[in-house]
Amino acid sequence: MTTILERIGFVFIRVFEQTGLWFSALWDTVRWTFRRPFDGREWLRQMVRVGVDSIPVVVLTAMFTGMVLALQTFIGFRRVHAEQFVASVVSLAMLRELSPVLVGLMVTGRVGSSMAAEIGTMKVTEQIDALKALATEPVQYLFVPRIVAGVVMLPFLVILGDFLGIYGGYLIAVKMMNTNPVVYQQNTYQFLTLNDLWSGLIKAAAFGLILTLTGCVRGYYTTGGAEGVGRATTNAVVSASLIILLSDFFLTKILF
Amino acid sequence: MAFIELRNLSKTFDGKQVLRDMSIDIDRGETVVIVGGSGTGKSVTLKHIIGLLKPDRGQVIIDEHDITKMPELALNQFRRRFGMSFQEGALFDSMNVYENIAFPLRRHTKMKEADIRARVEECLEDVHLHGVEKKRPSELSGGMRRRVGFARAISLKPEILLFDEPTTGLDPVISDIIAELICEMDMKLGTTTVTITHDMKVAFKVADRVAMLYDGQIIEQGTPEQFQESTNPIVRQFIEGRAEGPLTDID
Repeated sequence: MTTILERIGFVFIRVFEQTGLWFSALWDTVRWTFRRPFDGREWLRQMVRVGVDSIPVVVLTAMFTGMVLALQTFIGFRRVHAEQFVASVVSLAMLRELSPVLVGLMVTGRVGSSMAAEIGTMKVTEQIDALKALATEPVQYLFVPRIVAGVVMLPFLVILGDFLGIYGGYLIAVKMMNTNPVVYQQNTYQFLTLNDLWSGLIKAAAFGLILTLTGCVRGYYTTGGAEGVGRATTNAVVSASLIILLSDFFLTKILF
Repeated sequence: MAFIELRNLSKTFDGKQVLRDMSIDIDRGETVVIVGGSGTGKSVTLKHIIGLLKPDRGQVIIDEHDITKMPELALNQFRRRFGMSFQEGALFDSMNVYENIAFPLRRHTKMKEADIRARVEECLEDVHLHGVEKKRPSELSGGMRRRVGFARAISLKPEILLFDEPTTGLDPVISDIIAELICEMDMKLGTTTVTITHDMKVAFKVADRVAMLYDGQIIEQGTPEQFQESTNPIVRQFIEGRAEGPLTDID
């Protein structure tokens, strides 16, 4: 009995400890973002890494999600003779929900993991200590450019995902299901409001922050050599994905 | 008053006490080598001197500033007075040799790129390296990595140089070259130098004073000559590298 209670207690302590580290790192990042020196070259490099290099993954994910969504809703809606709503469902679902969440999860797998591995390797090979010894704050040099890149680039990736998801739905509806292209386009925009777009973009920025900060924090607190780096990488992806999915609900509740 | 004073430092990791009321004074311009077996807290001592670790108890006073009480930002600025070379070099593997050495110059000075290039070349000259500017750390041998680490450590012309196990894992000839290099840099730059090592040959070659760390405390210190004549059985066993003696009896 004591062992079970001890284990539950240990899990709770660990969750609180990790949450504390996460928010403390967030606060440090905010403080160090506005301090000199600003490393513009590193900021740009990270933006390319998070944004430009993620384009192929986003293209494939968003396009096929839009296609499968159109296909599924078409099959379902035909049963109740409501095929004309397929376009609206695809566009609303992509903008409000699917594009931000899927882009967030895909970029977590691609970028969040590599950030945890990179910073974790720096930790176990004393490169983080070397940064400090060279009078450079690791939060400013490592965290800030990565997190800024996440917050800035995710909304752009989500805009691309929105567009491609809607286009993927259009391709299926028009080319496979023989829907009138003009009617489909009209239905796509008919029920959309600017708020649908904005809320998706706000979510994207929040997910960008979550995935980059989690990757950085997991890497920074790596212990135990190569095995530790592997563990940090896995934990970064699992934690960031879970936080994205949980926060998605609360953001949706706040934003709509 | 000594330039570097470690006063009654204590540090515990996961219930294991690594430093136990450890104290040592180092004068300006002096070269001190701290020796001791693996896991005796040599690296921990060095990391306390530069403020990478905070002691559980005790003070680290550098040039009359207690760095254990400094706020993080002030300590960060203060570290510009240090140059530290790490065990495996700790070179940034996302950068080439040139960028590694230029890193502190670009970050902490307003030097033009031409001046930075000249300074990097000068630092590489000091460590007797040529034509390696564009190489990545992974393309360098162990000895070369250490030397690039030295060059990076001296690039901001520090007052205090710290060497963490500068010869570990190197063959005896390269170890001797590295020891010569430390002596040369010491002479040329006139820095206060603290080296930690378990290589007694290196210790006797570079040190003005050798101190031995054992069980979290300095148990012996003196000039290389005095140290070699120590009658302390622990020191004797360590110098002679014998398997039998008080060091191993306790283990």
